[in-house]
Amino acid sequence: MTAPLLEVRNLRVEFPTRRGTLLALDDISFDIAPGEILGVVGESGAGKSLTGAAIIGLLDPPGRIASGEIRLEGKRIDNLGYEEMRRIRGRQIGAIFQDPLTSLNPLYTVGRQLVETITTHLPMSQSEARKRAIELLEQTGIPAAAQRVDQYPHQFSGGMRQRVVIALALAAKPKLIVADEPTTALDVSIQAQIISLLKSLCKEQGAAVMLVTHDMGVIAETCDRVAVMYAGRIAEIGPVQDVIHKPAHPYTTGLMGSIPAMDEDRERLLQIDGSMPRLNNIPTGCAYNPRCPSVFDRCRVERPNLIQAGATRVACWLHAEGQENRA
Amino acid sequence: MLAFILRRMGQAILVMLTVAFVAFMIFQYVGDPVTNLLGQDATPEQRIQLRKDLGLDEPFPVQFARFIGNAVQGEFGLSLRQGRKVSTLIAERLPATMELAMTAGVLALVVGIPLGVYAALKRGSFLSQALMTFSLLGVSLPSCLFGILLILIFAVTFKILPSFGRGDVVAIGSWTTGYLTVDGWKHLVLPAITLSLANMALVLRLVRSEMLEVLRTDYIKFARARGLNIRAVHFGHALKNTLVPVMTIMGLQLGQLIAFAIITETVFQWPGMGLLFIQAVQFADIPVMAAYLLLVSGIFVSINLLVDMLYLVVDPRLHVDGKAGAH
Amino acid sequence: MSSSSDGATTGSAAVIPKAPGRLARFFDGDVWHSFCNSPMAILAAVIAFICVFCSLFAPWVAPHNPFDLASLELIDARLPPAWIEGGKSKYLLGTDDQGRDLLSALMYGARISLFVGLASVFVSLVVGVSLGLLSGFAGGKVDAFIMRVCDVMLSFPSLLVALLIDGLGKAMFPNAPDALAYAVLIVAISLSGWVQYARTVRGSTLVERNKEYVQAARVIGVKPSRIMVRHVLPNVLGPVLVLATIQVAFAIIAEATLSFLGLGVPPTSPSLGTLIRVGNDFLFSGEWWITIWPGAMLVLIALSVNLLGDWLRDALNPRLR
Repeated sequence: MTAPLLEVRNLRVEFPTRRGTLLALDDISFDIAPGEILGVVGESGAGKSLTGAAIIGLLDPPGRIASGEIRLEGKRIDNLGYEEMRRIRGRQIGAIFQDPLTSLNPLYTVGRQLVETITTHLPMSQSEARKRAIELLEQTGIPAAAQRVDQYPHQFSGGMRQRVVIALALAAKPKLIVADEPTTALDVSIQAQIISLLKSLCKEQGAAVMLVTHDMGVIAETCDRVAVMYAGRIAEIGPVQDVIHKPAHPYTTGLMGSIPAMDEDRERLLQIDGSMPRLNNIPTGCAYNPRCPSVFDRCRVERPNLIQAGATRVACWLHAEGQENRA
Repeated sequence: MLAFILRRMGQAILVMLTVAFVAFMIFQYVGDPVTNLLGQDATPEQRIQLRKDLGLDEPFPVQFARFIGNAVQGEFGLSLRQGRKVSTLIAERLPATMELAMTAGVLALVVGIPLGVYAALKRGSFLSQALMTFSLLGVSLPSCLFGILLILIFAVTFKILPSFGRGDVVAIGSWTTGYLTVDGWKHLVLPAITLSLANMALVLRLVRSEMLEVLRTDYIKFARARGLNIRAVHFGHALKNTLVPVMTIMGLQLGQLIAFAIITETVFQWPGMGLLFIQAVQFADIPVMAAYLLLVSGIFVSINLLVDMLYLVVDPRLHVDGKAGAH
Repeated sequence: MSSSSDGATTGSAAVIPKAPGRLARFFDGDVWHSFCNSPMAILAAVIAFICVFCSLFAPWVAPHNPFDLASLELIDARLPPAWIEGGKSKYLLGTDDQGRDLLSALMYGARISLFVGLASVFVSLVVGVSLGLLSGFAGGKVDAFIMRVCDVMLSFPSLLVALLIDGLGKAMFPNAPDALAYAVLIVAISLSGWVQYARTVRGSTLVERNKEYVQAARVIGVKPSRIMVRHVLPNVLGPVLVLATIQVAFAIIAEATLSFLGLGVPPTSPSLGTLIRVGNDFLFSGEWWITIWPGAMLVLIALSVNLLGDWLRDALNPRLR
C-alpha cells in the first residue's frame, strides 16, 4: 500500500463563542491516497466544508483547530505559520469554492489572475506563464482561449467561470484539490460537465481530490471512496459502491433511502425523522441515537469509534464484535 | 455607455438650472433689488429708471433668461457691501479657497488612506483601536474648535506659526498662489490641517470599513487559497477593490471641503470665497450670495460628473455596454 | 443561536413555558450583552447621561443663572478658573466678558445645543422616514421623483444647505422673534439630514414590499399605510436608530458651527457655539477658558453620542457578532 497523501488524525475544530465553546468537528480521522477521489457527503452543517477549510488552513476566526494532526506526505501542516502554509496552498493543495460568480476578482482579467498564480509558485517568466495560462484555459474547455484570456470575469457565464476557477486551482499542479461544493451553484445541465472535467483533469495530473458535496449522485459518479459526515463526526467511510449499495450506518441507510428512484412507484418521499442536532445540543453517545430506528442502550451512553465492517468502516455499535446485527 | 454619459450630463444641467432658479429667486425677491442697488434714499424716478434698466417690468421667463445669460458670462452685478463687481471679488478670492481645499484634500488622502488600510489589516490591535477612536474624535470635533485649538497652541502659546491671512503670495496671471513662498506655506499649514481633519477621519473610517468588507469576500478567500503572497492579496487585490467605491465618495468630499472652508476661513481670516460668503450673509449682500451659490454648485455638479466618468474608466464591468457576456 | 423554547414535547399535557416578555428578551439579547462587554459604550453612555442630565436640569443643578442679568457683576468679568491665580472658587471654571459663570453657562448652553440637535434629528427623521416609506411603497413616478430630489440634495454639502436656509431666513425676516429663529435653524439643519433616512428606509421598504405577506395583505385590502407602519417600519428601525444617533452628534456640531458663524441661535440665549465665538475674541489676551470650556463640553457630548452610535451599529450588525 502506498503511503497516504493526506492523513487527518483526531481532528477537532472548535468555535469559542460567548455562550460557550462549540465543537464543530469532533475527532475526525481519514486518509486520502495519492490520485484518489474522496467524497465527503452530509447535510448542511455536518462539518464538511469546515474539514476542507481546516486542511487548507483557512478556518474563519474564531474557529480554530483545537487538537489533532493533519499530515501532507507525512509532514504536519496543521501547525505551520501563515507564510509556510501559504507556500503549500496553491502549490501542494488547491481549493475550489462553491460560488463561481464571486470567486474571481472582478477588476482583473482572467489572464492576469492566472499568470499571477502561476508566477507565484512556479519559476516562469511572464510570457511563459501567459502561454501556460492559455493552455490551462484550453484544458478546461474554454473556447477561443487565446482571446478570452484577456477578458474580465463578468464576461464569462457561471459555468465558464467555474472552469476558470478549476484552471486557477490546477495552475501550479497541486497534489490535492479540496473542492467545496463546486457544482451546487450551477445549472444541472452544467453540473455534469464540470464534474467530469474535474475528474478527468485530476486523473491526468495525478491529483487527489477531496470532493465535498451534499449530492449523492455526484459522489456515485465520481468518487473512489466516500465519507459520510454527521454532526461533526464521520459516520461511515469506505469505497463508494459499498457505502451506496450496502450502507452499514443507519444514517447512510436513511440517506440512500431518501433518494427517489425513477423506477420506483412511490407516493411519498421517504425521510429521516427529526433533524441533525445543533452544535450546542449534541446527544451523548452516538450523535445519531435520537433518530436511529435501531437504537439500543449502548448507543445512548458510549460514542462509537470507526469500526471495520466488511469493506467500510462505520461508527456504529451495531457492527461491534459480538453484537447481533439488528438492521 | 454613451447613453449613460448623456443621461448624466442631462441630469447635471437640470440640477444647475434648478440651482440657478433658486439663485434667481434669491436675487430678485429677497429684499428689493432696486433698494439693494440704490439704497434707501433713491428718488421715485431713479427707481423707475432702474426698474427699466434691470428689466424688472418684463415677464418672468425673460428675466430668468437674462439672469442665466448674465450668470454664464459671470455678470452678477455689484456687491452691496463693497460696491465692487461681484465677479471681480470672486475671482480674487477663488484661488485662496481652491488652494486651501486642495491642500486639505490631498492631506486627508495621504494620511487617511494608509491609516485606514492599517486599521483594517491589523484589526483589533491597540494602534488600530486608537486610530478608530482618533477618527471618532475627528468627526466629533467641530472644525471651528479645532482651528481655535491649533491657534492657541501654535500661534498664541508657542508663537511659531501665524494665525491669520495668507502671507506672501505670488501672482501667476490672474491666479495668486501661496505655494511658491515659505511664508505662504507657513500660513497654509494650520488652516489646511484644520480643514482636513474631519475629512481625514472620514477617509480613514471609510477605507477601513470598505477594506474589511472586501477582505471578507470569496475572491479574497480564493486568492489566499491559491497561495498568493500576502502583499498581493492585501494590496494587489483587496486595496484595489476597496479604492474603487471609495473613490466616488472622495470625489464628493472635495465639494465638502470647499463648503467647510467657510468655517476655516472664518477662524483664520483666510481671504477666500467662504469668508466672502459669510460676510455676505451677515450683511444680506444678495448678489454675492447668489453668485457664490451658483459658482459652488457648478463646482459640485462638475465634480460629481467627473467622478461618474472616472468610474466608467476604472470599473471594467461598466466597460462593455449592457452585454454582461453570457457565453 | 438564542435559546428559544422549541416547544416541550415531553409528555401529554405538558406545561408550555410562557415566552419571555420583551424586556426580558432585550436584557438577554446580544445587544445588551455587547453593551455590558464594551467599556467604551458604557463610558460613553455615562458621559452622555451626565451631560443630558445637567442640561435638562440646569436651573436646579447650575450654581448660577448666567442669563439673569441682575445677578451679573462686571467686576467678576474674565476671571480664570478657580485653581489658577486670580480665580474665585465661586466661579469654578472662570467667567466670560460679562461676568457670567462659565460652568453655568456650559449647562444652559448645552441645553440649547441639545434641544436644537435633538429637534433637528427628530424632524429630519420624521420627514426622511415618511418619504422613504412613501417612495418605496408607491414606486413609479413618485419614487423616481423623490430619489431624484435625494440625489440632488446629496450632491450638496449639508453645511451649505443649512447655511443657505438660515441665511435666507435671516435676510427675509431680519427682526424675527426668537421662536421663528429657532424654527428656521431647526428646519435648516433637518433639511440637510433627511436624505439618509429616506434612502435607507426606501431600500428596506423595497425589500419588504416584494415579500408575500405584504402582497397577501394588499389582496385582502389592508390599506397600504397600515402595511407600511405595522410591518415595514419595525424592520427598518435598526439602521434608522444607528443613523439617528450619529446624526444627533452631527446636528449638535452643525448648530454650534452655525452659531459660531453668527447665524445660529439668537444671541439672547447663547448655545455652546455662541460661547465659543464669544471666547474666540479673547484668545490672544490669554483668556483661553472662555472658549475652551464650551468647546470641551461640545466635544464631550458629540464624542459620547458618536461612540454610542458606533457601538450600536456594530452591535446590530449580524455579521460582526
